[in-house]
Amino acid sequence: MKHVLKMTNISRRQALGLLGVAGAAALVGMPAHADGAGVAAKLKSLTGGKPIGAGDITLDLPEIAENGNAVKVAFSIDSPMSADNYVKAVHVMADGNPTPEVATFNFTPAMGACSASTRMRLAKTQNIIVLAEMSDGSFKQAQQTVKVTIGGCGG
Amino acid sequence: MATIKPRVKVPKKAAVDEIIEIKALISHPMHTGRAKDKKGNKIPRKIINRFIASFDGQEVFVANFEPAISANPFIAFPFKATKSGEFKFTWVEDGGAEYTAANKMTVA
Repeated sequence: MKHVLKMTNISRRQALGLLGVAGAAALVGMPAHADGAGVAAKLKSLTGGKPIGAGDITLDLPEIAENGNAVKVAFSIDSPMSADNYVKAVHVMADGNPTPEVATFNFTPAMGACSASTRMRLAKTQNIIVLAEMSDGSFKQAQQTVKVTIGGCGG
Repeated sequence: MATIKPRVKVPKKAAVDEIIEIKALISHPMHTGRAKDKKGNKIPRKIINRFIASFDGQEVFVANFEPAISANPFIAFPFKATKSGEFKFTWVEDGGAEYTAANKMTVA
């Protein structure tokens, strides 16, 4: 009760300042134990810090993977795939694996559509991040969590 | 060591402008470099790191694989059929070894 009473003496400005400090501390503290750090660094090096848009990427991933040794990963991106407007490359990343990179696909307009499917290894439950690089230099991203039950008992 | 054998599924015939699906698989252990054998020695990394599909000599699709790709890497991708020709598929292993497969397709 004591510090509740004290709070009433703090001005609104001071209170907001304190919140800011707490927020900053939380942000600084995060990368040390967050799985996303490797992926964030990788995204930055791939995009060169450019903004990443959303949308148009359809992911086909299981919600629960019973066996982390072979998890289907498929995606399709809505694109005309014409000579001046196509998807150049797609990077697949997993934020809980020993190394974040999973695969990179390079597309050409000759394919007529943009999709691919493969199988990957997942060490544990984690997020799959798909980054698409368009021919005009812009980027798009999509993300989904895959639950991995290593024991394979489906629980 | 198990034999490394590529398998590819390409339709023999396709209509003009039809978007076909190509499926390719190669039997390969994809050693990540992290696993250990029964004696506790690390198995060195040996994976298929690159898959290249070309049509009539022109590269149409390339996939770069990391150790996170499962053993016996499988890949499926689309292709727009415009003319008859021959696909060539190449898998590149760490160390530079290459495995290839070729398939003809008729477009009518």
